[in-house]
Amino acid sequence: MSAIPLSHYLTFAATLFTIGVFGIFLNRKNVIVILMSIELILLAVNINFVAFSAALGDLLGQIFAMFILTVAAAEAAIGLAIVVVYFRNRGSIEVEDINLMRG
Amino acid sequence: MTAELFVWWMLALVAIASAVMVIAAKNPVHSVLFLILCFFNAAGMFVLIGAEFLAMILVVVYVGAVAVLFLFVVMMLDINFVRLREGFLNYLPVGALVGIVLLAELVLVGTSWALREPSPVLATVEGLDNTRALGSFLYTEHFVVFQIAGLILLVAIIGAIALTLRQRVAVKRQDIARQVHRRPAETVTLVRVETGKGV
Repeated sequence: MSAIPLSHYLTFAATLFTIGVFGIFLNRKNVIVILMSIELILLAVNINFVAFSAALGDLLGQIFAMFILTVAAAEAAIGLAIVVVYFRNRGSIEVEDINLMRG
Repeated sequence: MTAELFVWWMLALVAIASAVMVIAAKNPVHSVLFLILCFFNAAGMFVLIGAEFLAMILVVVYVGAVAVLFLFVVMMLDINFVRLREGFLNYLPVGALVGIVLLAELVLVGTSWALREPSPVLATVEGLDNTRALGSFLYTEHFVVFQIAGLILLVAIIGAIALTLRQRVAVKRQDIARQVHRRPAETVTLVRVETGKGV
């Protein structure tokens, strides 16, 4: 943590976060790319946690990042299972087709 | 520019470029591969910052499990990728607007804060490497949270299996319990057939 200032990491994480949010808006049809964008967002959050953890000398940030990793893995598994079931039922994964409950 | 900073810039630029390619690639398979590249670079960044254990976990969990899961789903589903790209440019203005607003907010937040005095209860362990220090915290002070994380993973496993498990009704299967419980008395009958009559 000596050579690289904290602001570098924060800027990098902010850029990654923005790319993730941008990806959700850009790929409105493809659920899989939306899930990947969520993974990017979670990665940006993790980088922030680890950067602050190293800057403050506090290990709690890294422990928290590990739990974020756990939740991200669980979320990816459940999300992809839902995508598989949806594709089996409807033959498509376009977000715009998911409107049965619109009323 | 020190060597460390140079490596950091390399990792950061490749990670940003591959993140852009994740959301911009035409083929979702390429998206997943660029996601893997992005995670590798983030792992390198974690090594640089001194969080080796988290870097290894990132590679194992994301590249080894999540990315393979994505790849599996992308390749298993027979999706018309061309149709998924339709309307890509329609969403560009809204997405760009949201992205710019978000980035501006993040820059405003990022330029206007200062660290307080560090709290006196810092969780640090002197003289241990990263993995040992993390373990000495995770398995003692945060043990309950660690167990809850395991519980979340268990729920995810059961949920994913329950979602995707399909009971087919029209398929003939071997029913071992029925096979074992068959008795000769109820299945075999002796028939004495007279000559020239048939059954």
